[in-house]
Amino acid sequence: MNNASLDQRSREQRRDILHILEVARRGHIGSTFSLLEIIRVLYDRVLRVDPLNPCWPERDRFILSKGHGCLALYLMLAEKGFIPREELGRFCQFEGILGGHPEYGKVPGVEASTGSLGHGLSIGIGMALAARIDHKTYRVFVLTGDGECDEGSVWEAALSAGKHKLSALTVIVDYNKMQSYGSTAEVQDLEPFADKWRSFGFAVQEVDGHNVPALESVLGALPFEGDKPNAVICHTVKGKGMAAMENNPDWHHKSKISNEEFTRLYAELGFPR
Amino acid sequence: MRKTCLLSMYELAQVDSRVVFIGSDITKRDLDKLAADFPDRFFIEGIYEAHIMGMAAGMALSGKIPYVNTIATFLTRRCYEQVLIDVGLHNLPVRLIGSGGGVVYAPLGPTHLANEDIAIMRAIPNMAIVAPCDKDEMTRLMPQTLAWPGPIYIRLAKGGDKIVSRADRPFQIGKAIQLREGADVLFVTTGITTQVALEAADLLAPLGLSSAVLHMHTVKPLDTDSLLACASQARVVITAEEHTLMGGLGSAVAEVLLESRLAGAFRFKRLGFPDVFTEELGSQNDIMNKYGISAENLAHIAQDLTRK
Repeated sequence: MNNASLDQRSREQRRDILHILEVARRGHIGSTFSLLEIIRVLYDRVLRVDPLNPCWPERDRFILSKGHGCLALYLMLAEKGFIPREELGRFCQFEGILGGHPEYGKVPGVEASTGSLGHGLSIGIGMALAARIDHKTYRVFVLTGDGECDEGSVWEAALSAGKHKLSALTVIVDYNKMQSYGSTAEVQDLEPFADKWRSFGFAVQEVDGHNVPALESVLGALPFEGDKPNAVICHTVKGKGMAAMENNPDWHHKSKISNEEFTRLYAELGFPR
Repeated sequence: MRKTCLLSMYELAQVDSRVVFIGSDITKRDLDKLAADFPDRFFIEGIYEAHIMGMAAGMALSGKIPYVNTIATFLTRRCYEQVLIDVGLHNLPVRLIGSGGGVVYAPLGPTHLANEDIAIMRAIPNMAIVAPCDKDEMTRLMPQTLAWPGPIYIRLAKGGDKIVSRADRPFQIGKAIQLREGADVLFVTTGITTQVALEAADLLAPLGLSSAVLHMHTVKPLDTDSLLACASQARVVITAEEHTLMGGLGSAVAEVLLESRLAGAFRFKRLGFPDVFTEELGSQNDIMNKYGISAENLAHIAQDLTRK
């Protein structure tokens, strides 16, 4: 079973995301299942945020730079009470606020509008610099994709984070080694990936991005090294938990998901449709 | 004008703790005092405009008012998507100070000419565009940038430009200033084409043609009320800009006039660069003269159109 290593909550969250998708019948489901545990651990254990006061000035900032993984974010925002759970049923609908990429100002708890790749890390650096100017202690977390790291702006930002010694900044890379066309090795190899981040001045940790205790341990140990910015490379599986989906670029963004496919996916997770 | 703009940053930083200055590998000149007295709010960053724009947006999302300065081409074209999404879509109070709008950097060749900056900034919702005509006007503009709610693109002219703005005509972002009254011709201008039009008006006066000059320092949001009021008095309306004719001041004015009830009541002409890369070297004036953005040509066109 592809999801044997996932605990009950991880399976339930995947089920809940399938529920959301049943309305829109489309979404970046493979990308979402890749980063689900990362976002879960961030909101369960790491981020200092207040759902009742989403603009609390002292809050930690979280930017989902790979905005297409937003289903996981929306689910957590609903679970934590930033948005009403009913809103999930309006995903991608005309009257809804939850689009295929998250939008600042529209969705409480979303810190920046993302979707075009390579923007989030720079925005996060600006936030971390503002915290430094104001002598605030909030931290900034930016979750990027691996394919996203093809964008030059990511490395412009990495240069800058190293220069400014932003230990309050953590970039988390969802390293599932797949992008739309195929594997990152085939499209644009990123290796030696951890060394790249180190050479830009980051303190780097690598972790299994689906192992909840391991993620809690790594993200609980920030900052890693003196005044260096932090990079957490999460080794993940695109479409994690679903036999048909894992490492299958067809499920990077899926539209027109059939009833039969939904039934199969629920069954694989051990839930009735 | 650049000097006035950058020196005014000191006062802004002094009066408002939200002010942050970010330069992209620009010259130290005129910034020493700002750097020395406000080191925590003074940033000289590398030559990575895309990153800087996102960084400025992140600061603005955290309550700051970032002023970003580099050469206009790199501030607009190079990082257009970051300007559009990070700054424009989020509707943040980031101030983009573009050095050398138009053909100021003529001797450096076409890679350094910002002939389309107004057009591409105009296409971004929320973006205001201001092109002062001289350093005195820059002095009046800068304090107002603290309170403007959204992003602003400030187009800097060459510097040393003749002072034609007037202390008795109050400056307000979004409100055009009429610098000359006249019944026959209306020149609508922005930046240093205002000086060109005022000279043209001087050339036309002895010929019995009186000209109004409407200085549209703010190209967006366009002051349509002032434009329509002035146009309703004129037989000929001529726009002049140091910019391509595709999507700049002339386009903005034409859009408003053609959709108004005044359409057809006057002759209309736009002066600016045609749809070409201006590849000539020399000076700003050389290039502007070649493409007819000169007092003599403005006067000639005005004379011609009033005759027809």
